[in-house]
Amino acid sequence: MKLLAIDSSGLVASVAIIEDNNLLGEYTINYKKTHSQTLLPMLDEVAKMIELDKASLDAIAVSAGPGSFTGLRIGSATAKGLGLALNKPLIHVPTVDALAYNLWGTDKLICPLMDARRQQVYTGLYEFAENEFHILLEQCAIGIDEIIEKVNAMGRPVIFLGDGIDVLAEEIKEHCKVPFSFAPAGMNKQRAASVALLGKELYEKGKTVSAAEHAPDYLRLSQAERERKEKERDFRI
Amino acid sequence: MIKETEKEIKILAIESSCDETAAAVVVNGRDLRSNVISSQIDLHTLYGGVVPEIASRKHIEKINQVIEQALSDADMTLDDMDAIGVTYGPGLIGALLVGVAEAKAISYAKDIPLVGVHHIEGHISANYIENKDLEPPFLCLVVSGGHTHLVKVADYGKYEILGRTRDDAAGEAFDKVARAIGLGYPGGPKIEKVSYEGNSDAIAFPRAKIADGVYDFSFSGLKSAVLNYLNGCRMKGEEINQADVAASFQKSVTDVLVEHAMHAIDEYKMDKFAIAGGVASNGVIRQALEEACKKKGVAFYRPSPILCTDNAAMIGAAAYYDFIAGKRAGLDLNAVANLKLGE
Repeated sequence: MKLLAIDSSGLVASVAIIEDNNLLGEYTINYKKTHSQTLLPMLDEVAKMIELDKASLDAIAVSAGPGSFTGLRIGSATAKGLGLALNKPLIHVPTVDALAYNLWGTDKLICPLMDARRQQVYTGLYEFAENEFHILLEQCAIGIDEIIEKVNAMGRPVIFLGDGIDVLAEEIKEHCKVPFSFAPAGMNKQRAASVALLGKELYEKGKTVSAAEHAPDYLRLSQAERERKEKERDFRI
Repeated sequence: MIKETEKEIKILAIESSCDETAAAVVVNGRDLRSNVISSQIDLHTLYGGVVPEIASRKHIEKINQVIEQALSDADMTLDDMDAIGVTYGPGLIGALLVGVAEAKAISYAKDIPLVGVHHIEGHISANYIENKDLEPPFLCLVVSGGHTHLVKVADYGKYEILGRTRDDAAGEAFDKVARAIGLGYPGGPKIEKVSYEGNSDAIAFPRAKIADGVYDFSFSGLKSAVLNYLNGCRMKGEEINQADVAASFQKSVTDVLVEHAMHAIDEYKMDKFAIAGGVASNGVIRQALEEACKKKGVAFYRPSPILCTDNAAMIGAAAYYDFIAGKRAGLDLNAVANLKLGE
């Protein structure tokens, strides 16, 4: 079983190819160039390095949101183009879930934090129990105070990770009442290898979609739609 | 290198620069085999104009279906394609990126050469599909919701911009005026429709001239003049004749377009003139330009309305001439929102 995985949901661009229980190659970049400029050249390079026969892929896993709207679409359009051309299904991997999967096997609570702006984070709560991945709080966009409250209510040690930490570390230090730590570099940002591994679990459960069907999960309306809904609501009141 | 002109060159073209998701198959730049356009116009009508984020979201939902439809309508597969052409600017960045990322992925997956196409070059090239005898050099007026360019097409892929708008595009002025007189979005077709019931000489709106650019356009002054006129009427309690305002405004735009075009035809001694872009499907503007060309004995060319609005067929036509000239894009091709013609 061979999977290609792509993540361009945040600051990081990452591609990986796994075959059964082996990571054949992974390429992750966290640099100022745009995903549009880096993603396919990265895939091309790693594919050449491992002499990938593209037709041998079973599916393409894509980190499908939430995240940067434009970043998600670059990843999704790339996956959809590959799926269309190679006639392969796509695996829609929730971004926050894949981020949590970076910390496979920990006995601590896992809390990914992605900066969602507008005083919110894209987050969720996860744990590994008897080597099984469990979702305790599905990925969502909520206030940082809200997620810290939920973490405190769990009453157990937690590891935070994600690009949200860069801006929220002080707030966490101030309000988090349970023992906490921050994941180190190498584990604390999106990695396509995690997308691939979680994608493999989903693939084995038959959870694939056609390339045509796939679209990102933004977890948020566009600003124009939101404002229109607010106006309609105000009007009704 | 094989002589590519002797072979049939089949191109899959993709366009997503604004609010239409489009794909087409074009053979040898002029033979249109399929032309699929998924328009989002109803969605944006709610907001009185195109909302970039909504447009981008719709593109990603539709793009695979549109491409698959274009291939199946042409009775071909990706394996038949010699190249993929994609619009990489100018346009809405988020919208462009969907088409660019998709095109690059297909190009990479199937090892099909990729050609990046300028959106305006596409509009101009729409004329090649409709008019098999048209060859450069000719003069082209590109008028749409986002662009107003007077271009000398010196040769395939060689453009000299003689004039462009300094502020609003012609189509933008139509949208704004239509909104102001209560016609709604999209302004172009709605103004044209009511204009037939109005008197185009009823109100004397200005025809802007630009001192340091004979061929440049300015439509924001005209738009302001219309708004001032409307305000004046309201203050005086006078009734506004929607059809007269629409007809007079449209006349003012038409006069400027005709004047600039004819001036350039004379100065550059052109014997062929073509129009392109969404506003080129406006019947009044089209007729005025055609008549003015006739008077001068200049051949007049125009694409049919379906090739005037944004479409991928025109991108396929432009991509063909770029392709045979050896132009290729790499896997790092990026979308460029304000891409200049000739870059």
